[in-house]
Amino acid sequence: MLEIKKLTKTYNNNTIFRDLDLTVSDGEVLSIVGPSGIGKTTLIKILAGLETADAGKVTLNSEQLPVDGTRTDAKVGLIFQDFNLFPNYTVLDNIILAPINVNKIDKAAAKDQARSILDTLGMLNKAELYPFQLSGGQKQRAAIARALAMDPQILAYDEPTSGLDEASTKQVAEIVKTLKHRGVTQLIITHDQFFAEIVSDRVFDFSKEVAR
Amino acid sequence: MNYFLELLPSLLSGLKMTLGVFFFTIIGSIPLGIIVSLGMKSEYFTIRWLINGYIWIMRGTPLLLQLIFVYYGLGMMGISFPRFEAAIIAFIINYAAYLAEIFRGGLQSVPRGQYDAAKVLGFTKIQTFFKIVLPQVIKIVVPSFGNEVINLVKDTSLVYVIGLGDILRAGNIAASRDVTLIPYLLVGLIYLIMTAIVTVLLRRTEKRLNIWR
Repeated sequence: MLEIKKLTKTYNNNTIFRDLDLTVSDGEVLSIVGPSGIGKTTLIKILAGLETADAGKVTLNSEQLPVDGTRTDAKVGLIFQDFNLFPNYTVLDNIILAPINVNKIDKAAAKDQARSILDTLGMLNKAELYPFQLSGGQKQRAAIARALAMDPQILAYDEPTSGLDEASTKQVAEIVKTLKHRGVTQLIITHDQFFAEIVSDRVFDFSKEVAR
Repeated sequence: MNYFLELLPSLLSGLKMTLGVFFFTIIGSIPLGIIVSLGMKSEYFTIRWLINGYIWIMRGTPLLLQLIFVYYGLGMMGISFPRFEAAIIAFIINYAAYLAEIFRGGLQSVPRGQYDAAKVLGFTKIQTFFKIVLPQVIKIVVPSFGNEVINLVKDTSLVYVIGLGDILRAGNIAASRDVTLIPYLLVGLIYLIMTAIVTVLLRRTEKRLNIWR
């Protein structure tokens, strides 16, 4: 379970959000909606350890995560809006790089695990391609596979449907559902209210529920 | 042809010197250039200031002058090196400055998102640099790096100024002794062969790196 308590973020004396409280249960799919520039992305960047918060507490499965930028773990998987795949590695190598180097998993085992994840996401036939050879939707699935390979306790998506056509958006929705069935806790940042309603168990309206 | 065979031993001994300066400079200046380029991004003002001063001096004065200074100048100040070592030191610190500028450009063109993605996956800063950033930098810098390597092939001829016998000097001696331009033609030909080899190797590297974009 992810628990956010009284989280506050200011930037150059502007309050992005204040005293934010939010809980995501295990296996839940929660969408955070609201217009762009409101601080949704900042929130998941804090959760992933890429941004610092000024005050507040983040607890993940009863372990408190520091919000001062000192995080080095991969407990929160993040799917970036522009995916940030490593262009110099194939899809398979993008996925196994962290398990091998960070978790010190044996290469053969990492490859097996990566192939099984790619299979789940319908990407097994793209394993040996480089990111530039993939479509936007395929890049996104590669990024999801890369995050899943580190076995994160929660998977966060930053605007997963931006720049995708209707068919690809449906595919993302399918992936979210598939992962939900596998018990993956998911947090989705989106300004697409319709998508949020389809895929999530609960929708959190950032603009209404967060003090600024 | 006979004349050519007559010249060959002295040219080959000069070539050995030229190649020695070339390879030691490559081996020394690449790592130093990478370290300097990382130092340029240092959060400490003093380090950045020192590095900028170093680069300014290295790029702002002729390599010929730097060779003279390292061998004769430092020698007068009591820090003396043998000729060959002095040449290698001068070449390495000079080329590292140029390479550092090239690497800096390469480092700047790796997007912020690559570092973010690596951090979220739990990579350490050192892993991020060697596994993710450096391979991308290498691909970006290969063409400009190649220019510097070809310059280096020709710049090695400057070592004559501190009395080292490179291939051009060997040609020079033969030309004045025999009053003919043929040794110079041969030397020119050998430089062309060396730069051709470097060019082919660089093209191959570029091609190999082009499997990803």
